[in-house]
Amino acid sequence: MGEALGLAVGLVLSGDADLLEIVLLSLRVSLTATAIACLVGLPVGALVAIGRFRGRNAVLILMNALMGLPPVVVGLLVYLHLSRSGPLGFLGLLYTPTAMIIAQAILITPIVAALSRQVLEDLHIEYAEQFRSLCLTRWQTVQALLWDARYSLLTVGLAGFGRAVAEVGAVIIVGGNIDHLTRVMTTAIALETSKGDLALALALGIILLVIALGVNAAVQAVRMTAARQAYV
Amino acid sequence: MKTALSAHATALLPLTVRDLVLRVDKATVLDGVNLDLGGRGCTMIMGANGAGKSLLLKLLHGLMPSTSGRISWGEHAPSEVTARQALVFQKPVLLRRSVAANIDFVLKARGKDMTRRDALLEHVGLSHKAGQPARLLSGGEAQRLALARALATDPEVLLLDEPTASLDPASVLAIESIVSEACSRGVRIIFVTHDIGQARRIADDVVFLHRGRVAEHTAAATFFPEPHSDAARNYLSGKIVV
Repeated sequence: MGEALGLAVGLVLSGDADLLEIVLLSLRVSLTATAIACLVGLPVGALVAIGRFRGRNAVLILMNALMGLPPVVVGLLVYLHLSRSGPLGFLGLLYTPTAMIIAQAILITPIVAALSRQVLEDLHIEYAEQFRSLCLTRWQTVQALLWDARYSLLTVGLAGFGRAVAEVGAVIIVGGNIDHLTRVMTTAIALETSKGDLALALALGIILLVIALGVNAAVQAVRMTAARQAYV
Repeated sequence: MKTALSAHATALLPLTVRDLVLRVDKATVLDGVNLDLGGRGCTMIMGANGAGKSLLLKLLHGLMPSTSGRISWGEHAPSEVTARQALVFQKPVLLRRSVAANIDFVLKARGKDMTRRDALLEHVGLSHKAGQPARLLSGGEAQRLALARALATDPEVLLLDEPTASLDPASVLAIESIVSEACSRGVRIIFVTHDIGQARRIADDVVFLHRGRVAEHTAAATFFPEPHSDAARNYLSGKIVV
């Protein structure tokens, strides 16, 4: 264990090319999936937050339930759609980073939508009367809420990114864990552990933890700065 | 310098309120309010806590429906003319942005001339705070920003719900000055207040609400020396009115 840990630290410090490739692909896939999930999930969360319509409670239950989507099920569904015989097979996306992005985006969009809905609904309670007095349109209201909740929504995005970067079940099904093509940190850790190469697995684990801590620290710093200006 | 504010001659008046009833959770808050307001000037709505002043203001602004009765601004229902009015709340709701961005937001949302922002801030004495976070303003400054935001919409009627409650005398005077200036430009003012001194300073007429009804609607020159209703007389003499 100690030897493996030493090797792992050595790999990290030496800037191993393979390791770097895996880390960069992981970040590219998860950040892109998070961006897509935010583009879709935030407006959906905002519209549900301010909307009063028949079946709203059912929508809320569905949104919350979808936060717990099993990754392997999502992976399987995306696989079935992207496989050669599937409806989107002609796109040739299976076993590519794009397929992994799609799977991760599907997984975390409900998380972003459900969490942002709660944040935005709380803010809307405070703003609703003022906005009605100003005769804002629905779209103006959504825009204003999204902007004014921007620092709280950073945490929502962070939750989505955390889920994406730590996810293994879906990306291994649709990405295939192909070396130099679709191998990301989590799938590499699973593979190297099964092979007994604990050094590389630990090195990737350390980097994963450092990324998680670094992103959290950065978001917390931004939020604290915003809180000092009463923008949270 | 850009002109921040324009003169008005509102077509929204007269305001007619007939048999207005509002029930909230089975409690009757407004119980057959009848009221006629016309022309220009500053009408103060006074009365004890729970008399229904703030809810009447919200009904007039079209923010909520009444249980029964009728409100007409000229020929229009309140919800049809909300955009031609502005309401300043007792507790200003400021956006989580800078002072200037709060004004920009309203100007942009309402399709107004964006270059008026600096003049509006100057008008309410907040030019030096333009870049500061709005929610860090003092109570008086926050209320002046809320007023500037309301004036940015070029309202024909300005509704104010106890905008000076809990403010220091200097802030009260600053807000009264802005309101009086708007009134002198022809903006119709309807102002809810508990402050008798304030009503004396700026009211043209006073509507006194008591237990959800209009106890009296009298010219200010008459109301303060010779109120007609017992409720108003007791209120002005400092007796507890419930």
